[in-house]
Amino acid sequence: MKISVNVDGVRYDDDVEPRLLLVHYLRDQAGRVGTPIGCDTTNCGACTVLMNGVSVKSCAVLAVQADGAEITTIQGLANGELHPLQRAFHEEHALQCGYCTPGMIIAAADLLRDNPHPTEEEVRDGLEGNLCRCTGYQNIVRAVLKAAGSAGVTA
Amino acid sequence: MIPAKFDYVRPDSLDEAVRALASGGDDTKVIAGGQSLMPLLRMRLAYPEKLVDIGGLGELRGVRDLGSALEIGALTTHYEVTRDWLIREHCGLLAQAAATIADPAVRHRGTIGGGLAHADPAGDLPAVITALDATLVVAGPSGTREIKPADFFSDYLTTSLEPGEIVTAVRVPKHDGWGYRYEKFNVTAQAWALVGVAAVARRSDGHVAEARVALTNMGSVPIRALAVEAAAAGAEASAAGLAAAAAHADDGTSPPSDLRAAADYRRHLARVLTGRALATAAGVP
Amino acid sequence: MTTETAHEVGRARRRKEDARLITGQTNWTDNITLPGLVYIAFARSPHAHARITSVDLSEAKAAPGVLAAFSGADLAAEQGGLPCAWPVTPDIVMPNHPPMAVDTVRYAGEIVAAVVARDRYAAADAISLIDASYEPLEPVLDMEAALAEGSVKVHEAGNKSFTWPFGNGDIEAAFRDAPVVLERTYRQQRLIPCAMEPRAVVCAPVGDEYTMWSATQIPHVLRVMLALVTGIPEHNLRVIAPDVGGGFGSKLQVTAEEVLALLLARRLGRPVKWTESRSEGNMAVHHGRDQIQRIRIAAEADGRLRGLDVDLLADMGAYLMLVTPGVPLLGAFMYNAIYKMDAYRFSCTGVFTTKTPTDAYRGAGRPEATYAIEHIMDDLAAHLGMDPLELREKNWIRHEEFPFTTISGLTYDSGNYEAATAAARSLFHYDDLRTEQAERNAAGATVRLGIGVSTFTEMCGLAPSRILGSLAYAAGGWEHASIRMLPTGKVEVVTGSSAHGQGHETAWSQIVADELGVPFEDIRVLHGDTQVSPKGMDTYGSRSLVVGGTALVVACGKVREKARIIAAGMLEVAPEDLEWDAGRWAVRGDPDQGKTIGEIAFAAFAAHALPEGVEPSLDSDATYDPDNFSFPHGTHLCAVEVDTETGKVKIRSYVAVDDVGVVVNPLIVEGQVHGGIAQGIAQALYEEAAYDSSGNLETATLADYLLPSAADLPSFTTARTTTPSTGNPLGVKGVGEAGTIASTPAVVNAIIDALRPFGVADVPMPCTPERVWRAIAEASAEGVAR
Repeated sequence: MKISVNVDGVRYDDDVEPRLLLVHYLRDQAGRVGTPIGCDTTNCGACTVLMNGVSVKSCAVLAVQADGAEITTIQGLANGELHPLQRAFHEEHALQCGYCTPGMIIAAADLLRDNPHPTEEEVRDGLEGNLCRCTGYQNIVRAVLKAAGSAGVTA
Repeated sequence: MIPAKFDYVRPDSLDEAVRALASGGDDTKVIAGGQSLMPLLRMRLAYPEKLVDIGGLGELRGVRDLGSALEIGALTTHYEVTRDWLIREHCGLLAQAAATIADPAVRHRGTIGGGLAHADPAGDLPAVITALDATLVVAGPSGTREIKPADFFSDYLTTSLEPGEIVTAVRVPKHDGWGYRYEKFNVTAQAWALVGVAAVARRSDGHVAEARVALTNMGSVPIRALAVEAAAAGAEASAAGLAAAAAHADDGTSPPSDLRAAADYRRHLARVLTGRALATAAGVP
Repeated sequence: MTTETAHEVGRARRRKEDARLITGQTNWTDNITLPGLVYIAFARSPHAHARITSVDLSEAKAAPGVLAAFSGADLAAEQGGLPCAWPVTPDIVMPNHPPMAVDTVRYAGEIVAAVVARDRYAAADAISLIDASYEPLEPVLDMEAALAEGSVKVHEAGNKSFTWPFGNGDIEAAFRDAPVVLERTYRQQRLIPCAMEPRAVVCAPVGDEYTMWSATQIPHVLRVMLALVTGIPEHNLRVIAPDVGGGFGSKLQVTAEEVLALLLARRLGRPVKWTESRSEGNMAVHHGRDQIQRIRIAAEADGRLRGLDVDLLADMGAYLMLVTPGVPLLGAFMYNAIYKMDAYRFSCTGVFTTKTPTDAYRGAGRPEATYAIEHIMDDLAAHLGMDPLELREKNWIRHEEFPFTTISGLTYDSGNYEAATAAARSLFHYDDLRTEQAERNAAGATVRLGIGVSTFTEMCGLAPSRILGSLAYAAGGWEHASIRMLPTGKVEVVTGSSAHGQGHETAWSQIVADELGVPFEDIRVLHGDTQVSPKGMDTYGSRSLVVGGTALVVACGKVREKARIIAAGMLEVAPEDLEWDAGRWAVRGDPDQGKTIGEIAFAAFAAHALPEGVEPSLDSDATYDPDNFSFPHGTHLCAVEVDTETGKVKIRSYVAVDDVGVVVNPLIVEGQVHGGIAQGIAQALYEEAAYDSSGNLETATLADYLLPSAADLPSFTTARTTTPSTGNPLGVKGVGEAGTIASTPAVVNAIIDALRPFGVADVPMPCTPERVWRAIAEASAEGVAR
């Protein structure tokens, strides 16, 4: 089936199998290997991208469902310079192995779109769809609050 | 993991969708947001021959004010449900409950129609629309019909939808003046509800005038806790008064014993959570 | 010029690794693509125990896009057996472990066939066309039943792999007439490590040479082992660990998939790739923990410990993998922990079951040990009516007693349990929380408060090679580093460590910056590729900073000394007349006369006037073998709120005061502590690899195997005391596993502390709401809530 997808500002026209997962399309055909896959059941969130401006788990979307959509991956987030979340993750040591990081940053970007000044609890709840095994989340929460310009991080 | 092959159509109209479904037979399935279906496809627990993608049917999205009820299009996403002003104002239970489904990214794609048609008793929406005494509006080859929740959910992952039928909307009576609470109990935030209790209650003069309570994951379908409702009617709007009503929560239920929880614990949880949900719905501080 | 501190060690440097990780430029193994690459998929046994009667590949082979398909019979002659590098006893039962099962499968998920196809979708389809027939056999799922007379055998030679005894002191005397003896049985549940990156392997043949990329923690060890298993000459093998997304011990392995990828690349003469799915990995990656622990503790009436007797049953799973039998032994020396006592006895029996093999998982033996001793210490305190901190202080090694040789024969170099505990107690508001707890108990509150103590130490910095040899471990514990100063004064550091999230590129740069007086930015750390880093023992066991960092320091010292000699020649003075100051050799008393190390490096490159006997190029290397383990320690305090109606546990506060010796990068240390605590909490509250009665893994997906998200964890309060190690020049102790080792008992002890008024003595892990509720219900049925 023919699809046309805008990925990180570039239009891709392709003919794909209906069952092709969006995440595989992004990785294998659109060259966006910055978005990883971490599970089979939409739990881990590593594959999170923005689709038409909101976060989605790209392993749970078919490429054919993204026909006509605008996708932003971690590789499209920076605009000449690092996105504030990328800077904040770096400053706050909010990543160790980095595997969850693309999805975590995109999910955080969506969180801040929806709620520009979250509390710590709102950040934690807002990131419940993204699993990290390295950091224990504390620095991730700090980074998101920093990027939001919020104060009052506990601990 | 990778889904098995399937054919795929994306109809432009509801009629086309109904025809595609009806002509496809047993191995044709609807996909909307895909948040319930995609994991099943990836794990090859489901392997339909054809998917009918109704995601393009714009007429099935959105919320309409019908006066005494709201009509919520089947393709309205959980995220949209949590944000919709009409829903929050007139049947807040639905907005509150939708906010507990999965996580933000899943809520951006998952739809109310899909969540209901999937009919997973561990899903949150079936019990919620049962407690709200909503009506499912369904379109099929023989036209449109309306189905009440008790007639819609027939078994585990099974509804009374006939071949070719699609849920097009959920009609929810306005519950102005009713308190509400969806009490969802899970081990981790991502996990499915071990047990969930959807409660709405109308107060009058320090007592509960009327309550409706429905249970998630206490059987193969959502369960109206009729014994609780009967006991709550006229009960004092206090923690103690409502705990007594809540003691009936597991009457007539057959909760599963599975990896997640044993039946006796589910029964106990149902009673405890019903008390809490009722108390909140009845405005007990 | 900036006013930054000259010292890099101790600075909260942001990481060099981040630049590629936050922008999606990471090079995961699954990202790798090569011309002509084909894809492998594996068919896996649905049975826990069965004879394979036939494997029909004909439909799979005929499927579109499929190049080849193989069964165990096809590969039997060349596949060898997966190695176990730790035969802990001379009479250990170590059955052959074929990478692909040939006639018998012994765990659900064991590989029975492989297909190679043009892309991953065609490979997945072909797998479903494989027709494998089995004659199911009875599964063996319970260790005690497995050891009983008449049990079904997992292997011909029986279900017991080994019994490893150890002891010191007169254990009989310690227990005879002891005023207090407690006996407990604890269960360390089976865990799935779940690093976020699923495993992947790419293998490319070029003639008779092979390059393998693998998501591994151990490229060097893997290379040696692949050579031994397959017979492919070691010098024709190159192993690369590209960016690796977490390991926690789960990627410390020589896997069937790696061996088979190599063999298939050789067979086909094509580059091959295999990428795991999560549900595949939950079954196929080795599992962690899984012990039944029987503990007896003997004490005086005042709480002074007399003796400890430990008897373990450790579930090996179906086969012994790389260090499977040794994992419980790593804990053998740690049950006595930070305490003094007269006698200690330990015995561990390794048992085969028809489950996924177990092996190292964060802490590897030490979390199990710490859990047991800290749990029974809290039990003992409750029994004696003593405060749990007071009981510990009565028995722990005092600060002035270090270095101290424990009853298990380890010599702890340094430590200060008093300081860590005092700091923790204060940060935690221990006394206030006890007051609140008492108030809630008196009021019969629905939500009770519990306080859990965990004072831990661990042995890490693996390890002195001679000790490993004495324990029958097949490899050594050294580490290698080489330093090359480039002509323009930049530095290439080659380390034998193999980071997978630990930030070595940053921390090693900090160390070298201080040692050589070069800017942090001018240093590049190379690792993970056996062609680039020719020697190493890789990363696990909290060893890299202690052992690898020391190798770095020694190598830097050699570079400085060589530079001194070259500088002396350049300045026409004697080497003894030169003093080192922050990157420069200068004449003592005349500091204007000096050469920077960059200038010396260029001179060494040009080699126009090098002193006699000095070779060109300013570089050196060192291979360091430690003399001892290192012993970080800490005190963790956890407060939980337990909803006694639902059993739900919420962590109210968590304080960790850890002593990891000197700190190179406080951000990295704190991050390791956070992550370790999170994993330990997850063991306490959420995780269990559960099998049904047929031996199927019920928790094969992340929907069923519950990992905590940010919404499930609190923020932790972390602090440090610093008692430098006396065992290495940096004074460091290692931190990678410490948080996990400490936290599980802190949480479980807190839950039990909350529920003791109900008569609850234990709650088996994971302490799910149901288990907590049931513990209360059962205890209440037996007695009256006090």
